[in-house]
Amino acid sequence: MTTTHTTTSTETPVVPDFDDDSDRKLCFVCSKGNLDMAYPALIMANGALSEGIETHIFFTFWGMDMINKKTMGDLRFTALGNAAMHMPPGLGRLSDKHMPQGLAGLPGMTGMATRMLKQQIADLDVPEVPEFLQMLSDMGANLWACKMSVDMMDLDADDLFDEVVDVINVGEFMVLSEGAQIIFV
Amino acid sequence: MNTQTIAGQSVSVNDEGFMTSYDEWNEDLGRELASMIGIEELTDDHWAAINFLRSDFAERSETPTLRRVTKVGGIPTKQLFVLFPKKPAKKMAYVAGLPKPKGCV
Repeated sequence: MTTTHTTTSTETPVVPDFDDDSDRKLCFVCSKGNLDMAYPALIMANGALSEGIETHIFFTFWGMDMINKKTMGDLRFTALGNAAMHMPPGLGRLSDKHMPQGLAGLPGMTGMATRMLKQQIADLDVPEVPEFLQMLSDMGANLWACKMSVDMMDLDADDLFDEVVDVINVGEFMVLSEGAQIIFV
Repeated sequence: MNTQTIAGQSVSVNDEGFMTSYDEWNEDLGRELASMIGIEELTDDHWAAINFLRSDFAERSETPTLRRVTKVGGIPTKQLFVLFPKKPAKKMAYVAGLPKPKGCV
C-alpha cells in the first residue's frame, strides 16, 4: 500500500465540533440481574455521558438487583443455560470449544465463572457495579427504580443505592423518556 | 498531516483540530485552545487536570480516561464536568494537546 502524506497549512484553525447544544437523550432499561447483563448498559451509559448526552437508567424486575444495596456488589455470572459459553482460557485448543451444559451445571461452576469474569473485567480497569453506578451518577446519569418491582420485591427507598433519584411508575417513565432513544437490556 | 497557526505558533494538528505532537504544546497554546472551545479562563483546577493528563501521557503514551483522571489523578468526576462542561474527556485532551482518549471506560 502506498501512503501519500500531504502537509497543508490553514489560516483559520480547525476547531473540533464538540456539539454542546445536542438535545440527544438516551434511556436505558436494565431488566437483568446477572453480572454479564449488568455491564452493557453501564458501559454504553458511560459512553453516552462522556459525549454529553442526557442519560437515564431505569431499573426493573431482575435489574433491581443492580441497585439493591444487598445484592449490587454480588451479582453472579452463570454458565448454565448460556449456549455461547466457552471453555475457560488457558486450556489450549479446548478453550475454543463450547462448554458442555452438563459441566456448566456442576456445583461451584457459577462461583468459578463469576470470579473469572470479575477478574477479566478488573483487568480492563472497569469498575465493579456499585463503583460504576457511583461514577455514572457523578457524570450526571439519572437512576430510576421501577415502582412495580419495588412493591413486588417488598423493597423500600432505604434498600436502594443512595444515588437512585426516585421510584417511578411506568407512566412517569414514559413522560421522562419522551423524545429519547430507548435501549432495553 | 495539517499545520495551523495557534497563539502565533505553527503546530501540527489532525483533521479534527487536535494537536498531534506532544512537544509542540506549551501553556500559551493551552490557554488559546481552551478559549477556542469556549473556556475563557483556565483556573488552577483546570491546570491540575491538564498537567495530570500531560504527565500521565508522558508515562503511558496514552491519554487517560475520565475514570483514570479521577482515580489516579484524584480529581472528582463531578468537578471535571464543571471545569470542562459536557465532554470533559475530549475537551481536556484537546486543551492539553493530546489525542482523544481511546479507552471505553
